[in-house]
Amino acid sequence: MSVLLGRDTRVLVQGMGREGTFHATRMREYGTKVVAGTKPGAGGTAVEGIPVFDTVARAVDDTGANASIIFVPAPGAMDAMLEAIDAELSLVVCITEGTPVQDMVKVASVLDRSATTLIGPNCPGAITPGECKMGIMPAENFSPGPVGFVSRSGTLTYEIADALSRAGLGQTTCLGIGGDPVIGLPTPAAVRLLNEDPATEVIVIVGEIGGSAEEHAAEYMRAFGKKPAVAFIAGRSAPPGKRMGHAGAIVSGNQGTAESKVRAFEAAGIPVAGAPSEIPALVRAALGTR
Amino acid sequence: MKLHEYQAKQLLARAGIPIPEGRVATTPEEAEAAARAVGGRVAVKAQVHVGGRGKAGGIKLAGSANEAREAAGAILHMQIKGLRVRRVYVERAASVAKELYLGITLDRDRRRPVVMLSTVGGMDIEEVAASSPEKIARGWPDPLFGLLPFQARALCFDAGVPAEQRSAVADALGRLYGVYARSDAMLVEINPLFIQTDGSILAGDAKLDVDDNALFRQPELREWKEVSPDEEVEERARALGFSYVQLDGDVGIIGNGAGLVMGTLDAVRNAGGRAANFLDVGGGAKESVVKAALEIVLANAKVKSVLINIFGGITRGDEVAKGILSVIARHPPAVPLVIRLSGTEAEAGRRLLEGAPLVSRATMDEAASEAVRLAATGAEP
Repeated sequence: MSVLLGRDTRVLVQGMGREGTFHATRMREYGTKVVAGTKPGAGGTAVEGIPVFDTVARAVDDTGANASIIFVPAPGAMDAMLEAIDAELSLVVCITEGTPVQDMVKVASVLDRSATTLIGPNCPGAITPGECKMGIMPAENFSPGPVGFVSRSGTLTYEIADALSRAGLGQTTCLGIGGDPVIGLPTPAAVRLLNEDPATEVIVIVGEIGGSAEEHAAEYMRAFGKKPAVAFIAGRSAPPGKRMGHAGAIVSGNQGTAESKVRAFEAAGIPVAGAPSEIPALVRAALGTR
Repeated sequence: MKLHEYQAKQLLARAGIPIPEGRVATTPEEAEAAARAVGGRVAVKAQVHVGGRGKAGGIKLAGSANEAREAAGAILHMQIKGLRVRRVYVERAASVAKELYLGITLDRDRRRPVVMLSTVGGMDIEEVAASSPEKIARGWPDPLFGLLPFQARALCFDAGVPAEQRSAVADALGRLYGVYARSDAMLVEINPLFIQTDGSILAGDAKLDVDDNALFRQPELREWKEVSPDEEVEERARALGFSYVQLDGDVGIIGNGAGLVMGTLDAVRNAGGRAANFLDVGGGAKESVVKAALEIVLANAKVKSVLINIFGGITRGDEVAKGILSVIARHPPAVPLVIRLSGTEAEAGRRLLEGAPLVSRATMDEAASEAVRLAATGAEP
């Protein structure tokens, strides 16, 4: 069991350039059903045995694709996301880094009126271990199991998934939702999906400084949590006013501090790890108390 | 990216928002000429990318061209919060009856722009927002439509804008939204918007921050980019494709991925140390990038040890190792290096580094402790 993606997910790769093609084959090797690619003007050709179409609509008509992963560079990312939403795909993952905020508020506005779930942009993607990978993460760090995992980070997600897997704590689905200020699936919505997933027995929430998504996720779990959760916040030692790599990871005034997030989780009865290495033990303890 | 007041005001004027007549000057003589051209009483204002310049003495009123020259002489080259003033803006003083606040920024929670209007303008708006939030009217336009006239009117009614100025302020709000959208702003503010004694409105000060991610389609604004001395290293790093932030500790940090690097900073703090910087080499970093990153970190004289934390996904451990070796071969570092390699090709990377003058640790926590210990003891590599 899983959320958002699994064996029935039929993936379209938007932007069959160098990176898109590389990751299309890596995803296929993992077992993901990669059924089509798009590259305007290259319709009718095939790359690595994957049929390429001019438009998302044609790819969907021809192959029954129900999800898309976007590798289109930032200037065209909004257009690619809107094309995927217009084609009524149920899941869209946007890997692209550097999408302007004013493009993302427009995408969010369209998204709110659609049935599509958008993960990203500027994210590693999502994986249901053993079933389907829609992303750029190194698959060997992930393994199937009962842990639902949502993270705003990229590499840190691999690090923590690896630590969980080594500790024998596999995952239902890992959602790398991205570190930008405006994203398709913010932490609270991702936590909600995992909370409602019957196969997920415990939720790991990895946040960062900036914004108030973690506070809202904590409030949600306090009110509606059906299972234990464990949290980690990256950037506890970051100074205010400095952007820590991610466009969203910035403390401004008293908004978005690690302290505020830690307090919110603790108030919801969710233990907060002091370091990523502490997460497996906290997860095991949480599973033990069920 | 921040714009100067005079640049932001150009954008406002182009959008049809009234601004005082003004000129930029880089010398006291230019300021005198500017004051003469503008005529009457003028304000001489420091153009620097920090707030609070008024309190720091960066704004002076001048009754004549001579006084304007003297004021510019005092303001030019003064330091405001560490930034040297290189330009002043000389503009005609307004006859102020009332001051409003207009601002547009991103509401992250609602994923929409938020337009703010208050009749308590001119003072620290953050303070007003904290102490009496009801004094700021807010609206959240759909970015697909922009700020609609009814929304601008509603803001004026909610904020209690005097009836005589209502339509002018609503009009200015609509135009300001246009500036916000066209210039890919993260923040645009008119604070204060003057209501003058004759009832007309005038933008007293203007602030505009542009989204760095949108500079590819803002050629004019890109030209206005200025790099202050303390941002130079950060800019150089950005040009090389990685992000760097200077901090004030003594453990240099290199890692891949923003979250992992933040986690590494935290690990150093947990171990009782202080990080000297944030440096994310990004995904898929090649030998040359790792080499440049290490050089930048080592160039900081405060650095007493360097911690390299790589969890290989698309970044390969052997490429990282080669980058490190090529720096060590040319300039043996004067401080110890601690490395933690994991993930893709980590084994190959560790083999390459065998025998090199550095310390290798299996986990992030162990590597952080070792780097902190070495920085504290000043041990030789």
